[in-house]
Amino acid sequence: MEDWRDKQELVVMEGRIKVPYRWSAGEVGTRYLESLRDEKRFLGTKCGECGKVYHVPRRNCPHCFAECSQWVELGSTGILETYTVVRRQHPQLAPLPLPYGYGVIKLEGADTGFLHLLYEFEEGGLAPGMRVEAVFADQREGNILDVRYFRPAKGVS
Amino acid sequence: MTKQRSSRPDVNGKELINEAVRMALDDAGMTRKDIDAVVIGNMDHFEGINYVDTWSVDGSGALMKPIMKLTTGGTTGSTIAMAAYYHVASGLFDRVLAIGWEKNSESDTTGAIITAFDPFWDRPIFAGAVAGLALEATQYMHLTGATEEDAAYVAVRERKHALNNPYAHLHMNLTIEDVMKSPYLSWPVKMGDMCPRTDGACALVFASEDVAEDFPQKPAWFLGVANRHLWAYTSDPYVNQAIENGWWFPAMEWSAKELYDKVGITDPLEQIDVAELYLPYSFAGLRYMESLGFCGRGEGPALVRSGAFDMGGKCPVNPSGGVMSSNAIGATGLIRVAECVWQIQGRAGDRQVPEVKVALATGFGGCFWSDIMLLGADKPEKVRG
Ligand SMILES: [Zn+2]
Repeated sequence: MEDWRDKQELVVMEGRIKVPYRWSAGEVGTRYLESLRDEKRFLGTKCGECGKVYHVPRRNCPHCFAECSQWVELGSTGILETYTVVRRQHPQLAPLPLPYGYGVIKLEGADTGFLHLLYEFEEGGLAPGMRVEAVFADQREGNILDVRYFRPAKGVS
Repeated sequence: MTKQRSSRPDVNGKELINEAVRMALDDAGMTRKDIDAVVIGNMDHFEGINYVDTWSVDGSGALMKPIMKLTTGGTTGSTIAMAAYYHVASGLFDRVLAIGWEKNSESDTTGAIITAFDPFWDRPIFAGAVAGLALEATQYMHLTGATEEDAAYVAVRERKHALNNPYAHLHMNLTIEDVMKSPYLSWPVKMGDMCPRTDGACALVFASEDVAEDFPQKPAWFLGVANRHLWAYTSDPYVNQAIENGWWFPAMEWSAKELYDKVGITDPLEQIDVAELYLPYSFAGLRYMESLGFCGRGEGPALVRSGAFDMGGKCPVNPSGGVMSSNAIGATGLIRVAECVWQIQGRAGDRQVPEVKVALATGFGGCFWSDIMLLGADKPEKVRG
């Protein structure tokens, strides 16, 4: 088959799978997102057994396997637990201005962290353990990007 | 296994699988007829093909045989090995073919990986697998004072080892300076710290103890396996289930503890002769040595730089060049096991470590799933889950 291989480039077919989905936030997720959208307020859920406060909220505590039935109001500042500064990105997934920070933030009153974006920081100005604050979007639509990003908290070290 | 390459447009996925299967069957002196069951795996979204178990029967040899298909992220290949081991160790099957494969060249890796993340809480923020690992690297440096140069040492070591391995995808003779000068992808992780995207397949024959000694090659015995998993959201492995509970990397630390207790490993550095570890990026080669019990917390960089894990060291890590030299995701974990088998059989060519009695293989997934296995030259007294 060597002879035809010299003349013919191997066929590679371009494709794209674009499938619509409808993901349910559920009652717990909906209540959380509604509070974020309408009141700019973060809510967590508390495990009925171990008392751990989950943010983002969970319906079930994975440790105790008990229901997290109590809602808890959280602060909109928190501790940056770890972070990275993204220098390259996927063109379609996250069309965000580079570079941007990306970190795990534990909000005041919560026992767990969540993932969010970081902006408005100096080069080398982020560190695990620092306090960060939420910057909300003016137009909020009921998703996690109703918080545009976090930034180093003003006036607090 | 097939030679690991950046792209294999000369074969489709099932033909790539077939190459590895033929090599495994030939090596074992078997034909398709001798196979009792097939365990196969890859990451569906990388090739955009679901039902790979049925789609691949032309290549896998699984036509009209029991098939189990597995997808567990980066651990896919190691999970395949564990499932094949369960098949034969249970006594239900005698000869099981384990196949891991991936054609990463067909995928948009980041676009595919994002489908593994929560649509509400992670995906809108998600910046790809590199940024996720960078969160771990930052935390590790913060806790221990480890440096980017320490990580670069690992990147250089792995690529040096790959020079001895004709199956490896990358053959690069790098210096620490080369790695340090490579561009940042997601601080502190640079291009030189990361694994490549690879096309490749690997197949292994698993045999029950009743038939294991009937093959032309002497068997490598499974001494035991363990695995743990904790991840629901991206924030979990770094914070929610880890540091505050006194664990740094609970999935790997727990599985290592369970496995060492079962097998009787009290000093991994002394008792393990070679390790093929799923180190997807350089910082893993520091932190995971601690999680796997080779040293205490924060002691990884010093032990790594002492050369203990270089060829000729106390416990060479990744003589094959590891994941940082070849990463055909669904095959990668299984290749770790295959390399351990060759080391035990004394068939590892230029990358052979002398007199391997005990070998450690691991799998790691971006969701911090941790599979770990010990293989040995000598038949264990009993089966250990
Ligand atoms: Zn609980």
